[in-house]
Amino acid sequence: MSAGGRVAVLKGGPSLERQVSLRSGAHAQEALERLGHEVLGLDVGADLVPVLRAERPDVAFIALHGRDGENGTLQALLEAIAIPYTGSGPAACARCTDKALAKYLMREVGIPTPDFCFLREESIKQLGAAAAVEDIEDRLGLPLVVKPARQGSALGVKFARASEELPGAMVGAFSYDDRIVLERYVKGRDLAVSVLDNSLDGATSAAAPGGRERGGPVALPVVEAVPREEDFYDYESRYEIGMTTFVCPAELSEQTTARAQRLAVDVYGLLGCHGVARVDLMLAEDDDELWVLETNVVPGMTETSLLPQAADAAGIGFDELIARVLASSDTRAAPVAARL
Amino acid sequence: MDRPGKGPGERSSRTRATAHELARYEALFSARTRAMKSSAMREMMALTERPDVISLAGGLPDTTTFDPELYAKLMAHVAAGSTARALQYGPTEGMAATVDCIVQVMAAEGTSVDPQEIIVTTGGQQVIDLVCKALIDPGDVIVAEAPTYPGAVPTFGAYQAQVAQIEMDGDGMPIDELERTLDRLAAEGRRPKFIYTIPNFQNPGGVTMSLPRRRRLVEVARERELLVLEDNPYGLLRYEGDPLPTLYSLDAQAVGGRGAADLVIYLGTFSKILSPGLRLGWAVAPRPVLEKLNLGKQGADLCSSPVTQLFVAAYFAEGGTEQPRWLDYLDSLRALYRRRRDVMLEALGEHFGEHARWTQPQGGLFIWATLDDRIDTTDLLALAQESERVAFVPGRAAYMDGRSGSSSMRLNFAGVPDEDIREGVRRIGKVVREQVGLYGSLTGSSRAARARRGQEQASAGEDAELADVVELPRREQGAARRRRDQ
Repeated sequence: MSAGGRVAVLKGGPSLERQVSLRSGAHAQEALERLGHEVLGLDVGADLVPVLRAERPDVAFIALHGRDGENGTLQALLEAIAIPYTGSGPAACARCTDKALAKYLMREVGIPTPDFCFLREESIKQLGAAAAVEDIEDRLGLPLVVKPARQGSALGVKFARASEELPGAMVGAFSYDDRIVLERYVKGRDLAVSVLDNSLDGATSAAAPGGRERGGPVALPVVEAVPREEDFYDYESRYEIGMTTFVCPAELSEQTTARAQRLAVDVYGLLGCHGVARVDLMLAEDDDELWVLETNVVPGMTETSLLPQAADAAGIGFDELIARVLASSDTRAAPVAARL
Repeated sequence: MDRPGKGPGERSSRTRATAHELARYEALFSARTRAMKSSAMREMMALTERPDVISLAGGLPDTTTFDPELYAKLMAHVAAGSTARALQYGPTEGMAATVDCIVQVMAAEGTSVDPQEIIVTTGGQQVIDLVCKALIDPGDVIVAEAPTYPGAVPTFGAYQAQVAQIEMDGDGMPIDELERTLDRLAAEGRRPKFIYTIPNFQNPGGVTMSLPRRRRLVEVARERELLVLEDNPYGLLRYEGDPLPTLYSLDAQAVGGRGAADLVIYLGTFSKILSPGLRLGWAVAPRPVLEKLNLGKQGADLCSSPVTQLFVAAYFAEGGTEQPRWLDYLDSLRALYRRRRDVMLEALGEHFGEHARWTQPQGGLFIWATLDDRIDTTDLLALAQESERVAFVPGRAAYMDGRSGSSSMRLNFAGVPDEDIREGVRRIGKVVREQVGLYGSLTGSSRAARARRGQEQASAGEDAELADVVELPRREQGAARRRRDQ
């Protein structure tokens, strides 16, 4: 869209990632203003649809992390009231936000993802699923990572080193979602590859140093998250600000970088993402294999978030990045048809 | 470059420079700031302020009880009668009229104090900050209670203090345990800069330090020449039992002579007996320490607001029925909070039942509840907020390591109406039962049950350490206290 358009930045909301979302939104708003747009920041709440219908922005820029922003709810709603929006559509959001579904899809097409099992809380009460925990443990081995299936941040991600820690880890993870994934632990390096659509149809930024060809999704340089304290078992604190340093581009061989980037673009395509996404991987310490953990459809946009860092390393400044994400609202219909 | 990030060989120097741009602030942060961290728990706490959430998390008094007419009258009095003074800077140590009020408040708690040893601060919180600023170098040791005031945790962290926390029982900090800790530190060649304690209706623990322990703490401080920071925001909010002397007054007695303590720094505040919005607290400290606090305050904010200081002075000048009006108001607060405490205790009995034990505070604002140790209250808070729209402070917030206290929670009974207390506790009880039930289902199978037994054995050492907490009174406070008295 051209400068001067009205952009509503959707942020905040009631999720556990509210604070990060507010920061992402504020940061994006500043860039959109610099790009010459009329910007309306909206803290998502019960009045969202009435406000959007009254304000009729040209585009909704989605900076809402957490459930509603990432699971397709918001995207479907925006389609219902015919407001174009940035990023992936409802189906891709649903596939990415549910770690179990995404992992099943990856497994089906042979994209490497750590072996896992999926459990719903209901099945424990109604189907006696507790008895399966033993089999799960035998099959996947210890240690195990227990994750809420649909919680975007590291909140609720638990680590079970031994059998006796497993029930507590599961109860903890179930606090964040009634679906959990128990995943084989891959020891190694934490990598993140952001993928950006290269179709710059409506982007207006002046000096775009990056390529302007219409080439579909492109992987940005790989970011590595290096925990400051070598406590591999403390998952939550690993993601606390100040506990982790980020290296971008990651110090990897050319070959590994290319493999990680190719995998990320494959996952992006498989899950049907649009505009932008961040794919998190592990580079296994023992065999140098790459394993895809999850995909995030509304990556953080704060000063220290991985996507802006990766874009920066690729010579794409923050305003340019925001312009590209904004442009994704224009290009949604066509590429989907073309991919099919 | 049209294909960003092809490989290491093709990174331009410009790319590195722009990447460096993002790290430029990181490089500017002080070691102190880098040590500060935002945690998932704190992010979660931000949600408790949403209007649709019943929050038992805040440290709030109920300011709706203050008479609006009186507020308007006092403000008008300050505005019309002291315009220039109210709008001007004031002295760093505070205005004489406000210091007089502080002397009255402390006298009401049986503590006499020399006005020359008082400094008015911007809330009690500033005292903690100024004391750290005056005394703490990075790596210095502070001894505190476990759990301790969650608001002190980031302050201690910001000054890079190392904090030794001493697990409390029903009578507050066990002094024999304190002495063992001091011995251990001494063996390492370390001496704590001060001992931080909240003797009355401790936040968050809800327990009160017994008289024998108060006496012994002052003795220990004197034997070892250690400073004590006595944080006493709630002393006048006692709902039952006899008031106990402040550590300050006990130390002053020990000194004799002119009646000032020389090892206890006293922290007081108007926040809980009047209003936290005024942002007025105070410290009483030995002169050399007071001077450093004053210098620190000059650097921090020059002076606390003359507008609110004059408001306090005007308020304390108001006469009531048979006593000054501020004492009438205090009586009404005590009656209100006592009732709310009882409402919460009753609700806990009804909805937490066998799954928890909790403290029976004789005053203050908080109850500390401890659940089955397999329930993590940080996770529980996520669930409680999401599915039941209710909030509390998870116990980890009261521990420097951010890990201990994981099965406890702090509940505020003072700042919310009776109905919200009942409903909030009911909702928390519901999620607790769900979690306990789920845990039971998962450990019900034979293998998991074996595993659980294994865990119990593994954590036996830890349990012994927590014995004092286990003794926290559930419904019979007196018994625990008698047992503990030395």
